[in-house]
Amino acid sequence: MTTQMWMLLATFVLAVWLIAVPLGRVLALLVERAPQPLAGVERRLLRACGVSGAEQDWRGYAGALLLFNLAGALFLYALQQLQPVLPLNPQHFAAPTWDSALNTAVSFVTNTNWQGYAGETTMSHLTQMLGLTVQNFLSAATGIAVAFALMRGFARSAAAGIGNFWVDVVRITLWLLLPLSVLLALAFAAQGVIQNLSPDLTVALLEPLHTDAGVVGSQTLAMGPVASQEAIKMLGTNGGGFMNANSAHPFENPTAWTNVLQMLAIFAIPAGLCMAFGRVVGDRRQGWALLAAMTVLFVAAVAVILTQEQAGNPHFAALGVDQAASALQAGGNMEGKEVRFGIAASALFAAVTTAASCGAVNAMHASLMPLSGGVALLLMQLGEVVFGGVGSGLYGMLLFALLAVFVAGLMTGRTPEYLGKKISPAEMKPVVIAILVTPLLVLLGTAIAVGSEAGRAGLLNAGAAGFTEVLYAFSSAANNNGSAFAGLSANTPFYNCALALAMALGRFAVIVPVLALAGTLAGRIRATRAATDSVSAALPTHGPMFVVLLVLTVLLVGALTYLPALALGPLVEHINLIR
Amino acid sequence: MNAFPSTSRQPAALFDRTLLRGAVRDAVIKLNPAAQWRNPVMFTVWLCAALISVLWLQALAGQGEAPAGFIGANAAWLWFTVLFANFAEALAEGRSKAQAASLRSLQSRGNARKLRAGDDTGWDSVDLTTLRVGDRVRVEAGDLVPCDGEVIEGAASVDESAITGESAPVIREAGGDFSSVTGGTRVLSDCIVVRCTVNPGDSFLDRMIAMVEGARRRRTPNEIALTLLLVSLTLAFLMATATLLPFSLFAVEAGGQGSAVTVTALVALLVCLIPTTIGGLLSAIGVAGMSRMLAANVIATSGRAVEAAGDVDVLLLDKTGTITLGNRQAAAFLPAPGVSERELADAAQLASLADETPEGRSIVVLAKQQFALRERQLLSHDATFVPFTAQTRMSGVNWAGRQIRKGAAEAVRRHVEALGGGFSPELQRIVDDAARRGSTPLVVADGAQVLGVVELKDIVKGGIRERFGELRRMGIRTVMITGDNRLTAAAIAAEAGVDDVLAEATPEAKLALIRRYQAEGRMVAMTGDGTNDAPALAQADVAVAMNSGTQAAKEAGNMVDLDSNPTKLIEVVEIGKQMLMTRGALTTFSLSNDVAKYFAILPAAFAATYPQLGALNVMQLASGESAILSAVIFNALIIVALIPLALRGVRYRPLGAAALLRRNGLVYGLGGLLLPFAGIKLIDLALTALHLA
Repeated sequence: MTTQMWMLLATFVLAVWLIAVPLGRVLALLVERAPQPLAGVERRLLRACGVSGAEQDWRGYAGALLLFNLAGALFLYALQQLQPVLPLNPQHFAAPTWDSALNTAVSFVTNTNWQGYAGETTMSHLTQMLGLTVQNFLSAATGIAVAFALMRGFARSAAAGIGNFWVDVVRITLWLLLPLSVLLALAFAAQGVIQNLSPDLTVALLEPLHTDAGVVGSQTLAMGPVASQEAIKMLGTNGGGFMNANSAHPFENPTAWTNVLQMLAIFAIPAGLCMAFGRVVGDRRQGWALLAAMTVLFVAAVAVILTQEQAGNPHFAALGVDQAASALQAGGNMEGKEVRFGIAASALFAAVTTAASCGAVNAMHASLMPLSGGVALLLMQLGEVVFGGVGSGLYGMLLFALLAVFVAGLMTGRTPEYLGKKISPAEMKPVVIAILVTPLLVLLGTAIAVGSEAGRAGLLNAGAAGFTEVLYAFSSAANNNGSAFAGLSANTPFYNCALALAMALGRFAVIVPVLALAGTLAGRIRATRAATDSVSAALPTHGPMFVVLLVLTVLLVGALTYLPALALGPLVEHINLIR
Repeated sequence: MNAFPSTSRQPAALFDRTLLRGAVRDAVIKLNPAAQWRNPVMFTVWLCAALISVLWLQALAGQGEAPAGFIGANAAWLWFTVLFANFAEALAEGRSKAQAASLRSLQSRGNARKLRAGDDTGWDSVDLTTLRVGDRVRVEAGDLVPCDGEVIEGAASVDESAITGESAPVIREAGGDFSSVTGGTRVLSDCIVVRCTVNPGDSFLDRMIAMVEGARRRRTPNEIALTLLLVSLTLAFLMATATLLPFSLFAVEAGGQGSAVTVTALVALLVCLIPTTIGGLLSAIGVAGMSRMLAANVIATSGRAVEAAGDVDVLLLDKTGTITLGNRQAAAFLPAPGVSERELADAAQLASLADETPEGRSIVVLAKQQFALRERQLLSHDATFVPFTAQTRMSGVNWAGRQIRKGAAEAVRRHVEALGGGFSPELQRIVDDAARRGSTPLVVADGAQVLGVVELKDIVKGGIRERFGELRRMGIRTVMITGDNRLTAAAIAAEAGVDDVLAEATPEAKLALIRRYQAEGRMVAMTGDGTNDAPALAQADVAVAMNSGTQAAKEAGNMVDLDSNPTKLIEVVEIGKQMLMTRGALTTFSLSNDVAKYFAILPAAFAATYPQLGALNVMQLASGESAILSAVIFNALIIVALIPLALRGVRYRPLGAAALLRRNGLVYGLGGLLLPFAGIKLIDLALTALHLA
């Protein structure tokens, strides 16, 4: 790793922390009530929709959430199918196939934003704005709402309710996501991200291109409302690009500045939620401990990816290609990367987007070195808890915290407790279900895909690389990341349906147990420990020891479950490469 | 700190020969899948062993996926894994049963003298199993008490050594807090009438035996939570290994070379990965915990109670008997101005010579110790003793013209004022100071002259302060409960080093205190023996009733201390913690083991598909087959190696949670990570040397 890389990483982490602190304050405020006069607006709006805003128990909350998301998916599906007859379709795009529309609907509702289609040649402006962008907001709000509910579960003592889903979604969308998105969209537009409703532009090339088929003198440029979608794509860790090339496209991510802004936007809310958690449970150190554990895992992952990418490809080295970093070139493995970002910003972006369940890409992950790809895979497979998705990162990490406290707490001779709440079978059940769901989906999905004709048909590469493509697709879908490894032709009925199922279960089969957990926790009495107790009888969960414990638990569960699969994919590729 | 005179309930030596033999037999019997079903982790191993055995038969028939010897060896070791886990459980149960057998031998047989209804003298000899609640029986000297019950008539000395191990007989009498008798104890003198309070089969002894034998052993909440975790880990590993088959088939087809992974290797990998160490020892740990409780002469009514003991945040301790010795003792002579200390001691001793109360005896002893004043034979000197009465609230002696009196300050003041004397301000100060120190001032007067004050003190038990210090380090709060006034209570509390005090305690105040702590989410433990303790005992999370206490107290508590030693509560907490720690330590150990097993089995299993993965063979194991077999053998042997730890429990140290975690995390986490690398390598070397693989 070069000095520049270290500086970039250090500055980035510091910036994330600096954003997280004030944002956490705002988020913590929103968990309980919106400040006046916003609260008045909120109340009138909800009353107009016929929502009383009364506290819901976890079943009520989960029911409302599922209903809301189902409605969102149906709307998005219908919108895609009807786009030929609806306005704002300057390119006159036809409706996508039923399986592609289904996949896209599920994908955007679950905050995955896996894209089996190419945006600029499939979706009308109306679909992009009214369908995809709206779901970018709502899926993010759903995730944050679940995190709010779980926070309340920890903070409350002997309470029946965990909040009201409708109130939470309205509050999060109106007072958090919208203002931040407007600001960010303006910043992007200022940097050159396009924002219009024009049809595609055909422009003459400065230098005509000579090909075997003749001379090509012009190029088609896709147009559309990109900046507005780009902002929430990052802030809501959605990651679904307006363009097929996603954030590698100059109209989505034109400069180094937009690139940094995009990365910061991805981590802002997941990191802020950690801080908010600390405030809501009344001990800010608890939030810092979670953020520290996430940071440790993240920095380790970045270090591997950066080192691997900068070291370059040994096959090229054998051919005498100069891959060293110098004043004139970034060096390293530039395959699939944008020259304007170079190695450092591309590698960091790859880590950020897979650590958080964003899935936007500014470089092609299939072209990463095998170990880098493996780390990106692992970051997703850990359950998207290294910052993770908005809301889902925090609740995922809290599941691991409960697991860590359970085993470690036993070792101290007490029924384990976290934040004054005892971990009994009633808490353990949702925790293990939620942690088990995604490995099950990833491993089973991959096994079915590589074992079936339909699954193998989409592979670009044979052998270990092909296997990695499939493993990546299912890891990305089930963990609601949405980034693609490329190489896999996933726009087939088989992959569209299989991945849609993985995305839906990976989202809601985790959310429902998490809400059940929130409900159980809220009902428990929270043990308050006097400040005078010099020694805590319960395991302290704010110090460095707990951070280490949490990191080890995440790694152990993730590694033990996925090590065989990773060995057969990236590891074999890596060994092949260095031999 | 306690001697346990009763040797019968001490668990047998870890590997007693008879027990071992029984355990081996039971281990084989437990191979029955119906018995395995209760333990999902071991049931998985059982299924795996069965599957491999079928593959072995297939290989013998010449259609095996690998050499029959290799598959057979794997099958054998998988069966051993199940057997070893069974053996651990059987051994723990065997030890408990031996303890239970010693209890059962006490169970009374034969006949009882059942009093006829409405007749106080006539009785019939009936089989004692026919006794029912409410029946009255007459128990004479030499008889065994036929049932648990309450003395309703008479008083007798009873030998309870069979239950408590305490050889000194105790007095049981009708009315009051000493009216309860236990079936199986023997009346030594006199004759009592007992009303049965339980039916046969429900008696205290029966419940003890049932508890110990594990007949009614149900999983504790913590065990259930842990089992949930273990089952989900098993499922995750099942997924991880089962999907390797299609993965490897794909690799072979896509690569066009090599051969797919064998089912034997995958099953071996699965068994090594799933938490068999803790899965196999989990129930043994629980049984052993109960057994340790019993060895401390405490009977818990459920495993849940034992577990709750480990979680206790607050200990409520009665002052008298727990924190202080039962009686106050003379600690100092504080003379009035113009009186020498020796004069005062002399007078005080004279006044107490006939006083047989422990306080009185202690004054005589103190005078002897400090001034070598001998007990004098006063009878010969024509002395008249004045006994204590409720009216005068003084006692003393009239001797040689002197009228020596001692008593409470107010009583003596009235006495001397009546004789024309009075308290000087200095004396009043001495009296007040003593009261403030938590002592009881006893004023001594000779006629109208006040000689001074004898300070009676509560004597805090030796070592109790250190004990509370330990508890504080464990994060447990101690609260002293006393009927004394606040001033006295605070002084004793400071001396004993408790964290808090409930003075002027009433049963209602006690109950309210427990509820308040529980509302803060804390677990409360207490001891009690009286009927008025029953509501508080029922409310507390861990309630240890004294065996000497009333039936109501015993019914309300969830543990009974046979030694009736209130300090036992601390030991109970430690045993509870030890049980949880053992579970946690073995779970951590089990999980950390997996890392080494991956390194052993993955390269071996995929040697045919991806020979490149040989790079993972960091242990340099001889061959694929020996690598797999070594991991399986290690996995089986580690269960046996850890049986002593499971039965004895992880050593308990009074440390804070963070320190305990650091310690146990290093030993069982890091140790668990490293040990199998060495172990598997050694087994591999041995197998290679013996040409077994």
